[in-house]
Amino acid sequence: MKTVKVSVVTPDGPVYDSDVEMVSAKAASGELGILPGHIPMVAPLEISAVRLKKGSGTDFIAVSGGLLEVRPDQVTILAQSAEVADEIDVDRAVKAKERAEQRLNDNKKENIDNVRAELALRRAINRINVANKK
Amino acid sequence: MASLRDIKSRITATQKMGKITKAMQMVSASKMSRAEQNAKKFVPYMENIQEVTASIALGSADASHPMLTSRPVKKTGYVVITSDRGLAGSYNSNMLRTVFNTVKQRHKSNDEFAIIAIGRVGRDFFKKNGMNVVLDIVGVPDQPAFSEIKDIASKTVGMFADETFDEIYIYYSHYVNPITQTVTEKKLLPLTDISSSNKLTSYEFEPSAEEILEVLLPQYAESLIYGSLLDSKASEHGARMTAMSAATDNANDIISSLSISYNRARQAAITQEITEIVGGAAALE
Repeated sequence: MKTVKVSVVTPDGPVYDSDVEMVSAKAASGELGILPGHIPMVAPLEISAVRLKKGSGTDFIAVSGGLLEVRPDQVTILAQSAEVADEIDVDRAVKAKERAEQRLNDNKKENIDNVRAELALRRAINRINVANKK
Repeated sequence: MASLRDIKSRITATQKMGKITKAMQMVSASKMSRAEQNAKKFVPYMENIQEVTASIALGSADASHPMLTSRPVKKTGYVVITSDRGLAGSYNSNMLRTVFNTVKQRHKSNDEFAIIAIGRVGRDFFKKNGMNVVLDIVGVPDQPAFSEIKDIASKTVGMFADETFDEIYIYYSHYVNPITQTVTEKKLLPLTDISSSNKLTSYEFEPSAEEILEVLLPQYAESLIYGSLLDSKASEHGARMTAMSAATDNANDIISSLSISYNRARQAAITQEITEIVGGAAALE
């Protein structure tokens, strides 16, 4: 089976580097599946799980937004933060979720804090979901 | 001549100081190597994002974005990275002098620019000099994670987007080696000097180049700030290590010259005592 090299890099260092058979990710415009030999493409990602299908199984990575860059032989995900499922700190994510919910309940009115709290909530939920999938 | 006890207490005091500076030197040395590693870990991300940004911004003619175009400058922002603590030799003073002279040269009044200070020393300096510090962050850890400075980075980028500033420069210390750090100025926004060493790839955009730039450019500008911070942190620890090793050397010099005076004084005291005894004995005979 043909494979494509995938690397996930964040400002805090590379998170993932491996050859996989298929990458599926959720872009802003919808779900994307990338197979080896794809034409060069760039797409912004949602706060979501990236699934990397390998012969032996599937790896899950939680990404907090970022970009997907595709070349025929290489897929790069540039995210401000990303974790492999095994490395997610579930306790921290659960706490972050509670904190964000609390903040959303406290101030009902539309403001910048609300937007940020909502993003934090989505990141936390995403992490928890990904951690449960492994 | 100083008394024996005075010299002795100065020697002990200097020895204690020497121990402290020696310890600080070793702490900084280990922090520096960590900071260097952090800066290295960041390189792949920066290279990738730079390449993609260059490919999109230069590669497709229809891609335009406010962050890529210069506009008439009414107000300039300066992001200045200093340390929180002193005892780092000329690390902070070089930086502050450069920035201070530059803004004095470029601007006639304090209304034409504002400072975004990362680090306590810089913040206090600019406030004391009556300059406008719009944003500041202190207590950045020695090994900063991206999440810790994301807030100030995105606020800074936001200030360009909402036209508070029409251009933003960043001043940071570039780490050359432990002894040399150079104060570097970089134009953060607008991103007019994007270049790529590699051959540009022409991409398909999903959904469109504009929407990708919308996500990519703030992320790129924020990473520039983060990269500068990592570079500065390595410089800071390098500067502190060098300063502390110089201080330790000086302490050792002082100790050895004080020891000589101490021994001389002791010898003089003994000689004097013998002379007195001999004199006393002679008087009895």
